[in-house]
Amino acid sequence: MDKNEVFAKIADLVADQFDVDRSKITGDLNFKNDLDADSIDFVEFVLDMEDTFNAEISDEDAEKLNTINEAVDYIMAHQK
Amino acid sequence: MSGFLDGKTIVIMGVANKRSIAWGCTQAILDQGAKVILSYQNDRIKKSLERFVPDNLDLVECDVSDDDNVKKAFEAIGTKYGKIDGVIHAIAYADKDTLTSGLVNTTKDGYDLAQNISAYSLISVARYAQPVLNDPASILTLTYFGSTRAIPNYNMMGVAKAALEANVRYLASDLGRNGIRVNAISAGAVKTLAVTGIKHHGELLKESESRTVDQKSVTTSEIGNVAAFLMSDLSTGMTGDVVYVDKGVHLI
Ligand SMILES: NC(=O)c1ccc[n+]([C@@H]2O[C@H](COP(=O)([O-])OP(=O)(O)OC[C@H]3O[C@@H](n4cnc5c(N)ncnc54)[C@H](O)[C@@H]3O)[C@@H](O)[C@H]2O)c1
Repeated sequence: MDKNEVFAKIADLVADQFDVDRSKITGDLNFKNDLDADSIDFVEFVLDMEDTFNAEISDEDAEKLNTINEAVDYIMAHQK
Repeated sequence: MSGFLDGKTIVIMGVANKRSIAWGCTQAILDQGAKVILSYQNDRIKKSLERFVPDNLDLVECDVSDDDNVKKAFEAIGTKYGKIDGVIHAIAYADKDTLTSGLVNTTKDGYDLAQNISAYSLISVARYAQPVLNDPASILTLTYFGSTRAIPNYNMMGVAKAALEANVRYLASDLGRNGIRVNAISAGAVKTLAVTGIKHHGELLKESESRTVDQKSVTTSEIGNVAAFLMSDLSTGMTGDVVYVDKGVHLI
């Protein structure tokens, strides 16, 4: 998967999890500050990413993901 | 829809999202023709439920940390729906420190909280549901085989599950004369919100999957189908039992 595809899939997940308009999703959106994510939202989102990309994201790694771009980069670096 | 739960009303406690085991149970039970009432922990969980639960499922709030809430919830259910035929208890909690610290480091508060929410609450649910349960009726809880084995990182939750399974046996013997059966499903590991509290849960899930008879983890829909059977009159001969639904993980 190239970066655009990864971004598109993550944007779909974000739209679904955080009830935001898909067209308004940009890479610099911050989960906490812009999407108002609480810990449950965020964990559910990380589980969805794991399933979508067949990846494993440890709690320590997940904690470092603040923005959508960081999530995209993480998946790009850990793709199987 | 028509099936072996036609005409039954079942209360399901513990749906948090689509991954929840309780949600697998809900779908399987609806498929067999029952009416389902969901109880949820608090407004935060309600907000999640409203995103995917269809409007025809009724929602009742019930945080089991306080007996009064359980009492009120079942009184409200009785007033609104009359008698019910079953309750599924799919609830567990331990704070993160307790869950990740190793049993030897468990504090008294951490111990009490985990036992309260994960084991005692079944007693309270059984007590307050009893007046609104039909004869026959069925109560079901969810357990894990960390109750009888020392599973790495399951820690305090294993102790709570051991108590929960003992609760199942004693409640079954208390309530049998009223036609109420009490059983547990010991489910294989599935990736849910609750599991993410366990340290190295990725490894636990992988290890568990590799120990199934066909290297494919059990699904919440497979667990739900057994739950549907245990809610039905097909299982009136079973009580006080712990049934494995884990694709054989417990065999090895
Ligand atoms: N996921 C697994 O691998 C697995 C395996 C065996 C058994 N179980 C058991 O299945 C049950 C359901 O868990 P799950 O894995 O579906 O996770 P889950 O996170 O989807 O469900 C846990 C539920 O417990 C509820 N809860 C916690 N504290 C509560 C309180 N004070 N009052 C009311 N509700 C409360 C939460 O709101 C949530 O809905 C638990 O008892 C769990 O131990 C899970």
